[in-house]
Amino acid sequence: MNRLLASLFLVALAWPAAAEPRGTGDLGIVIERAAGRVAVVDRAKVARLATVEGLGDLSHAAAVFSPDERFAYVFGRDGGLTKIDLLTATVARRVVQSGNSIGGAISEDGRLIAVANYEPGGVRVFDADSLELVADIPATERGDGKRSKVVGLEDAPGNRFVFSLYDTDEIWVADFSAGATPAVTRFTGIGRQPYDALVTEDGRFYVAGLFGEDGLVLLDLWHPERGTRRILDGYGRGEQPLPVYKMPHLEGWAVAGNLAFLPAIGRHEVLVVELPSWKQVAAIPVKGQPVFAMARPGGRHVWVNFALPDNATVQVIDTETLTVADTLTPGPGVLHMEFSPRGDRVWLSVRDKDEVQVWDAASRRALGALPADKPSGIFFTSRAHRIGL
Amino acid sequence: MLRLSMLLALIALPALAAEPVAEQRLRHLLDHDCGSCHGMTRKGGLGLPLTAEALDGRSDDDLAYVILNGVPGTPMPPWAPLLTPGDVDWIIRELRSRP
Repeated sequence: MNRLLASLFLVALAWPAAAEPRGTGDLGIVIERAAGRVAVVDRAKVARLATVEGLGDLSHAAAVFSPDERFAYVFGRDGGLTKIDLLTATVARRVVQSGNSIGGAISEDGRLIAVANYEPGGVRVFDADSLELVADIPATERGDGKRSKVVGLEDAPGNRFVFSLYDTDEIWVADFSAGATPAVTRFTGIGRQPYDALVTEDGRFYVAGLFGEDGLVLLDLWHPERGTRRILDGYGRGEQPLPVYKMPHLEGWAVAGNLAFLPAIGRHEVLVVELPSWKQVAAIPVKGQPVFAMARPGGRHVWVNFALPDNATVQVIDTETLTVADTLTPGPGVLHMEFSPRGDRVWLSVRDKDEVQVWDAASRRALGALPADKPSGIFFTSRAHRIGL
Repeated sequence: MLRLSMLLALIALPALAAEPVAEQRLRHLLDHDCGSCHGMTRKGGLGLPLTAEALDGRSDDDLAYVILNGVPGTPMPPWAPLLTPGDVDWIIRELRSRP
């Protein structure tokens, strides 16, 4: 009884409003990667509500949300998959499902969580309630006894997961529409070293960036029978690539009207392509190697952050004039940006200042900051309702 | 003599209490920037593991060459524009010191 009382007391401490019913639409999490924990935040109040500890190595951690926006699934670097209850700020379930992993996705129906693994290379799929293993999809062997690393794992309509095999130059589609045993379609020889990917907001296209070649690969998920095709082929042809001190990220990519904005690799440019032709129409010179190019919801601007040595800067691109409209300096180590769902505010993690900054996205003024220990990814619950996030 | 040893102790104290700024910068870079590909625990990711065990059998010269010049055909970039050879020596010592 005493123990029960004590634990109730602890819950009350962790969550002062536990007795009050509340929604989760304003909530989010911030990854504190060195400390292996996440902060539960309220983006409307700009408040840090609670801390959830014990999540292992969170370098390069990412998260997805359950359809009811109550649970966050956090993918750690060390193979950890942790289900966090945002209402109680506690770990609801946790499994260490591989030795080394790189992000994941939630299925269209919200019942499956897929994780991309480096070691052993492949994808493992779990029941979203229990985190019990549903399916294991080993990647292609690469010739040295190991299997290819898997990257760019995305959800797609029809309860499909789409992902890329970094070492063996493939894209696979795992279709779970018929149940727990997926139908897997393999596209081979797609281009060298796919390193990350995105699914467009309408769920139609899967686009993988290539590290080993200048270009991207497009798969039309309405017509997978047509196979993959190359886009932006040879976008930097003839130029010596610049060193890339942080790999660009394609998820959270930017689309504004009929234009899409993508980070170039080895070029200090944001590439602009026209949809649905996927032809390049411009390359916007920017301060450094872009990491994320993210559209403010509504598409009026695209915010871009950078790799070393330019990671103290954020640039804002005007999507009408295709020029840099503003250069901001939030501070060293800007790792991630997350917009409020209607785009009025943007949160920036500024790692080397140990803070998360909140900016007004229209006036581009800093409104405030929350302390956070080496913050990296910021994820708001509104992602629950976006295809490909 | 006593005064000299006290003076030496005073000089040594700050060094014991806190790592020199240059080393802090390098440790930070190693943990976070190297760590984004090689893992904060150095067990590998997109890049190879960098634990002392994993690096056993590779010479300091070999490691310094890789760090300064990168590995063509892989995402490992040349760090020569951002690091001095002295920085690289420190990083290699640090990598070898941790299991």
